[in-house]
Amino acid sequence: MFHLILFLFFGAICVAGAVNLLVQSHPINSALSLIAVMASLAAEYLLLGAEFVAAVQVIVYAGAIMVLFVITIMLLNAGKEERTKGSRVAILIGVPGVLIGGVLVAWTLLYRSNTQAVPIGALKGDPHDIARLLFHDFLLPFEVTSVLILIAIMGAVVLASRPEAVARGPRKDAE
Amino acid sequence: MIPLFYYLLLSGILFVCGVLGFLIKRNIITIFMSIELMLNGVNLSFVAFAAQWHALSGQVFVFFVMVVAAAEAAVGLAIIIAVYRTRETLNVDRVNLLKL
Repeated sequence: MFHLILFLFFGAICVAGAVNLLVQSHPINSALSLIAVMASLAAEYLLLGAEFVAAVQVIVYAGAIMVLFVITIMLLNAGKEERTKGSRVAILIGVPGVLIGGVLVAWTLLYRSNTQAVPIGALKGDPHDIARLLFHDFLLPFEVTSVLILIAIMGAVVLASRPEAVARGPRKDAE
Repeated sequence: MIPLFYYLLLSGILFVCGVLGFLIKRNIITIFMSIELMLNGVNLSFVAFAAQWHALSGQVFVFFVMVVAAAEAAVGLAIIIAVYRTRETLNVDRVNLLKL
């Protein structure tokens, strides 16, 4: 019972944050509500027993990625979103389509699937077991993601630096 | 004991909110945040199914999804900065050329 109350509490925060992200017109408000969504999702992971995933969710998602977003919003001095009419078709066809799809998925889950109940902390995902999987069974994907991160860092530096700075090459006057 | 259906429904709601934000929003940064919301919804269903089938690899996959999301955020925000430097706008309707 207590488990269900916790699930509903954090689930309500999740849904409210997601809806608030859609409603707000200033990007910084959307970013803050997304942080609320991610933090309460970490609590949901803890309810499922995924301790490592919950910690990584707070550190990487709510910490690193969202800080990157907030820094970009402040760097670009992003103001209120201006409403333009360029996307009528996307709204007229896309929004009802998405809603119908969502209702279909929910209906299928409700009536056509026989999912069981998950007890609290059903599968202990503590760092010991995750590390054994990550560095034994998934060693090659792990190494490939490190290369991916390296490429992403280099790409971000090249893309965000000013074009003339790239053309000039490394600075000579430093030494 | 919570039915798995509840977790999947929550994940579906988050995903639908992400898609709606992607369609409705005009600010390029908010569109990017909607993509992150979709990834979060998928992560929740990964963890829920991992608990259902007692397969820890579901949680390892969440880790990989987070790594890809981090790489995507770094590159995407760099692209947004580059676009803003040339266009002076964050509205996607005013960005109609691929050329920087």
